[in-house]
Amino acid sequence: MIVLRLALQSLSARWLTALLSVLAIAFSVMLLLGVEKVRNGARQSFADTISGTDLIVGARSGGVQLLLYSVFRIGNATNNMTWQSAREIAALPEVAWTVPMSLGDSHRGFRVLGTTAGFFTHYRFRGDQKLVLSAGAEFSDVFEAVIGADVAAALGYEIGDSIVIGHGLGSVSFIDHGDKPFRVAGILQKTGTPVDRAVIVGLEAIEAIHVDWQQGAPVPGQGVSAEDVRKMNLTPQSVTAMLVGLKSRLAVFRVQRAVNEYAAEPLSAILPGAALQELWGLVGIAETALAVVSAMVVVTAILGMVTMILTTLNERRREMAILRSVGARPATVLGLLATEAGVLTLAGAVLGTGLLYAVLATARPLIDRAYGLSLPLTAPTSFELTTLSGIVVAGFVAGLGPAFLAYRRSLADGMTVRV
Amino acid sequence: MPGDAAGTPVVAMGAVRFTWPGKPRFSLSIDRFDVAKGERVLLVGPSGGGKSTLLSLLAGIVSPQTGHIDVLGTNIAKLPGAARDRFRAEHFGIIFQMFNLLPYGTVTDNVLLPLSFSQQRRANVAVNGTAADEAARLLQRLGLPGDEIARHRASSLSVGQQQRVAAARALIGRPEIIVADEPTSSLDRARQKEFLDLLFEEIEAAGATLIMVSHDEALAGLFTRCVRLDDIAKIGWGAA
Repeated sequence: MIVLRLALQSLSARWLTALLSVLAIAFSVMLLLGVEKVRNGARQSFADTISGTDLIVGARSGGVQLLLYSVFRIGNATNNMTWQSAREIAALPEVAWTVPMSLGDSHRGFRVLGTTAGFFTHYRFRGDQKLVLSAGAEFSDVFEAVIGADVAAALGYEIGDSIVIGHGLGSVSFIDHGDKPFRVAGILQKTGTPVDRAVIVGLEAIEAIHVDWQQGAPVPGQGVSAEDVRKMNLTPQSVTAMLVGLKSRLAVFRVQRAVNEYAAEPLSAILPGAALQELWGLVGIAETALAVVSAMVVVTAILGMVTMILTTLNERRREMAILRSVGARPATVLGLLATEAGVLTLAGAVLGTGLLYAVLATARPLIDRAYGLSLPLTAPTSFELTTLSGIVVAGFVAGLGPAFLAYRRSLADGMTVRV
Repeated sequence: MPGDAAGTPVVAMGAVRFTWPGKPRFSLSIDRFDVAKGERVLLVGPSGGGKSTLLSLLAGIVSPQTGHIDVLGTNIAKLPGAARDRFRAEHFGIIFQMFNLLPYGTVTDNVLLPLSFSQQRRANVAVNGTAADEAARLLQRLGLPGDEIARHRASSLSVGQQQRVAAARALIGRPEIIVADEPTSSLDRARQKEFLDLLFEEIEAAGATLIMVSHDEALAGLFTRCVRLDDIAKIGWGAA
C-alpha cells in the first residue's frame, strides 16, 4: 500500500531522530525490565540459599539480622551464644540435628565459617541440593579447610595449598593467624549461595587459632605453637549461630518458643522462610522506589518521542495537506501519526528487551562472581510481557496527541500548503 | 456569462457564506458561481483575497456555514466530513502552488497516491492497463519521459518538474474536476505557457473541467473564461 510505504519513507527520511527516540525507549525498557529481572533474581537466590533448616538460633536480635549474618554472611553478630546453650538446645527431644556456626574471621576478604562436619550433611540449598566436593575431601584435621568454588576460582587455590586466616573481616587483615596456617583439603562445587565465598573450617580450628589470644588480640610472648594446640581441649566457649533441624516440622513453633524463652541467656530462634518474608517487607520499599523510577524513565522516553513527533509536525504540515488533498480522511492522518508513535515504541520495546537479554547473557558470570547473584536467562514472564505491551499501547496513545494536533492544523490550513 | 448554456453545470454554488474556524473576522460570501462541464475557468484576484478559501470550499476541504455547493449534482455542503473526503478523492485532482509532492517518495508513488483513496479512479486506470503504466504515460505526456525519472525521489526534481508530477497526480484516474491553486507562479513565463499547454491538452483528452486561480490576469487568454473574484464574492473583514 502506497500510503503505508510513504509513511515508512517519511520515517526513514527522519531516521536519525527516529533512531534516537527508539534508543531512548529501548534503554528505558531495558532499565525497567532489568530492575525486574534483578529483583526476581535476588529474591530467587535469597530464597534458594537455605532450605531444609527449620530454625536458626542465635543471640537475641531481630530475625532479619540473624538471618543475614548467619546465612548470608552480611553484617555481624551483635553477640555470640554460649556453647552450653547450643548443647542444651541440641539435646531437646524435638531436635534432630544442629549445625553450630562460628563467624568473625576471614581469608583475603572471604569469610571463614567454623562449623562441624554436620554442615556438609545438613545444609541444603536450591530445593534439596547438598554440598558436593569438586575436589579433595572434607576437613579431617584441625588445620584443614574446605573452600567454596568462588574462593578457589578467585585466589587460584588447589588442594594442598596453605592459607593463613586473617583476624576480623576486612580484605586486608592487620593481624593474622600466621602462626597457624591451614591446608586446603577440599573444594566445593559452585552452589550460587554464600557458601561459594566461604572458607569452611572445623569449629575447633576457630578455637585453636584464638587459643593464645585475649580480648581480640594475641598476647605477646605467650604464643602457642600449632603442634601444642592439637593437644589442648578445643571445645568452643561460644558460637555465632546454629542451624537446627527438627524431627517433625509440627514442633517448629514449640521449639522456637522454647528457645526464645530460654532462661540462661537471651536467644532468638527464627524460621528462615518467615525471616525472608520480613526481609522482603523491608526491601519492598526500595524495590517499589526502583520500579517507580524506572517507570518514570519510560514515561520520559515516551515524552521524548512525542516531542520528536511534535517538532517534525511543522515540516509535515505539507505531508498532511497533500494527503488531505488526495482524499485522505482525518482518520488516516490521525492513524498514520499514531501508528508511527506505536511503531517507534514497539521497536524500542523489542530492541530494549533484546539488549537486556544480550547484556544478561554476557554479564551473568560477572554479576554472579561480583555479587553472588545468579540471574537466570528465562523467557519474559507474563508480567513483563504485560508491561511491554502496556508501554507500546502508551506510546500509541501518546502519539494520538500530536496526531490530533496535526489533524486540527490540516483542517485550518485548508488548501494552503504551509511550510 | 457564468454557466455556459452549452455545458451541464459541474459546479453550482449559491448563497454561500463561510468563515474560518477561529478566525471569525474574515468572511467569504458567494451569491452565485457556476462552472459548466469542460470549461477552463481562470479565477483572478489579489493575494489574500479569498481565492484559496474558495478552492477549499469547492474541493470540500472546508464546509460553508450556509449555502449550497453542488458538484456533479451532489451538494457537498451537506455531506459529513468523511464523505466529503471520499467525494474529493473520487472527483477532484488538485495542484498546489508549490510543495506538491511528498519529497521522500518516488515520482511514481507520488503520482499513484490518489488511487489509494479512490475506487472509481482505480477502475478508470485499470481499463487501460496497470496503474504504473498509466503513471508513466501521463509523465511522458507531461514531458517527463523515461523509467529513470519515475524512480527518482520527488525532492530531486526541479520545481518545474515537480509541478508536472503534481499535474500527473491530479490527472491520474480521470477525475472530473481539476483544481489548481496558482500552479505556475513558481515558474518563469516561458515555462508557465509550456506547463499550461501540456495541462490543457491532458485535461481536454480526459474531458475534465479546470478551475484555476491566479493573481496573474495575463494568463486569461488561455482560458475559456476568466472570472474576477471581486465580481462573484464578497470578502468581509468586519466583526462577524
